[in-house]
Amino acid sequence: MGDRFELRDIRVEGDDGPILEGFSARIPADGLTAVVGPSGSGKTTLLRMLNRLDDPDGGEILFDGRDVRSYDVLELRRRVQHVGQVPVTFPGTVADNVGAGWEELLPRVHLDAGLGGRLADLLSVGEAQRMCLARALARGPDCLLLDEPTSALDTASKGEVERLVRSLADDGLTVVMVTHEPRQATEIADRIITVAPAGDAP
Amino acid sequence: MNDLAGGISFADVALSLCLVAVAVVISRVQHADLETDIVVATVRSFTQLLAVGLVLDYVFASHGGLTPVIIAVMIVTATLTSGSRARRVPGARWIAAASLTVASAGTIGLLLVLRIIPAVPRAVIPLGSMIISNAMNTTSLVMTRLRDDLAAHRREVEARLSLGQTSAEAAGPWHRSALRTGMLPVIDNTKVVGLVALPGAMTGMLLAGASPSAAIRLQLVVMYMLLAGNAFAALVAGKLTVGRFFTADHQLIRSLRRMPS
Repeated sequence: MGDRFELRDIRVEGDDGPILEGFSARIPADGLTAVVGPSGSGKTTLLRMLNRLDDPDGGEILFDGRDVRSYDVLELRRRVQHVGQVPVTFPGTVADNVGAGWEELLPRVHLDAGLGGRLADLLSVGEAQRMCLARALARGPDCLLLDEPTSALDTASKGEVERLVRSLADDGLTVVMVTHEPRQATEIADRIITVAPAGDAP
Repeated sequence: MNDLAGGISFADVALSLCLVAVAVVISRVQHADLETDIVVATVRSFTQLLAVGLVLDYVFASHGGLTPVIIAVMIVTATLTSGSRARRVPGARWIAAASLTVASAGTIGLLLVLRIIPAVPRAVIPLGSMIISNAMNTTSLVMTRLRDDLAAHRREVEARLSLGQTSAEAAGPWHRSALRTGMLPVIDNTKVVGLVALPGAMTGMLLAGASPSAAIRLQLVVMYMLLAGNAFAALVAGKLTVGRFFTADHQLIRSLRRMPS
């Protein structure tokens, strides 16, 4: 399979100097790619640019061989789902949050389908994070972007989410996961991209 | 003195300064430390109103053609006030200018077209000033509320964007609550009018010697006018403010994302 994403010479300006500079990388379509690096190195920024929550100040990003800016942005985001560090629940039940197909999607993220009628606010953080994954999967994406998906979780639910992420990659989704834990990256990822702080020698 | 209209001389105004003295004494005795503010407020109110009185005398007497200029000056002043209140809202002044212009032109225009009020300075200027000052508060409220809410809920807004919502959809819940915040005070005032306080226009007419039934008819028109003016202002300010906080590609602008919440 070819590259899902290709980043060429990316530059992102922050308030106090560059966050990313001259950054290039390829993300293959298959498997799980981990993005690691010290905090403040621009991992989160990098992930946000892949579904155009943000745009780089220089360089270009290709998705399936075409500049991300050439896609309709809403269609791009449907295909490239982003799930944040802290689960965001919307008002209403779990079924309202996930939308059509929740009966099949909840078991897929290892949640009991009986949770469908529960108010999303009442879920534990681990359950809420898995519900967010189900909500993203409901859009039928080709790719999942996960920003430290386990950082807000306790050890038990962390292992659960790690296994889940791994199984989604095995099912053929492109998964890009930002993590600050080298252990997590080496244990579950197929490959690792390291982001060095801008200014450091590559 | 039975007729208050035209019955108050500058000597009477000078005598009423004893009321200011009461406030100064209370502030001094209670160590509220407001004496300077009270004096400044007294001097400012005197000079500002004296100037406005002279201008209005001039316009009412024979220069009705200046009415649009007077209204424009009010809109510009209100725009600058509202624009500086809404710090860190990009283009706040333009938003305020648009919202105040639509609110005053829409409301006064409707009153004139329906021939509810005559096209004379004596009607247009005071009613315009009421609309503009109310719409100014609404505009500031809507802009600052949206700014604070979108900054505080940026995670949720971006989660909605990530799921494929447009910026209008993603901002929807906070857009609605900002509209409510902007419009509710006037609606509440309209509900309790006459029960809690006799409103300004009615009070003015009563003091000027009009019959209470004539005074309430004017007051009703004023209240309905303020409802419409505020709705216009909230609508325009809300739409334009949401527009400025997102790019054409449905991204939250960077300055809002980096705002302390």
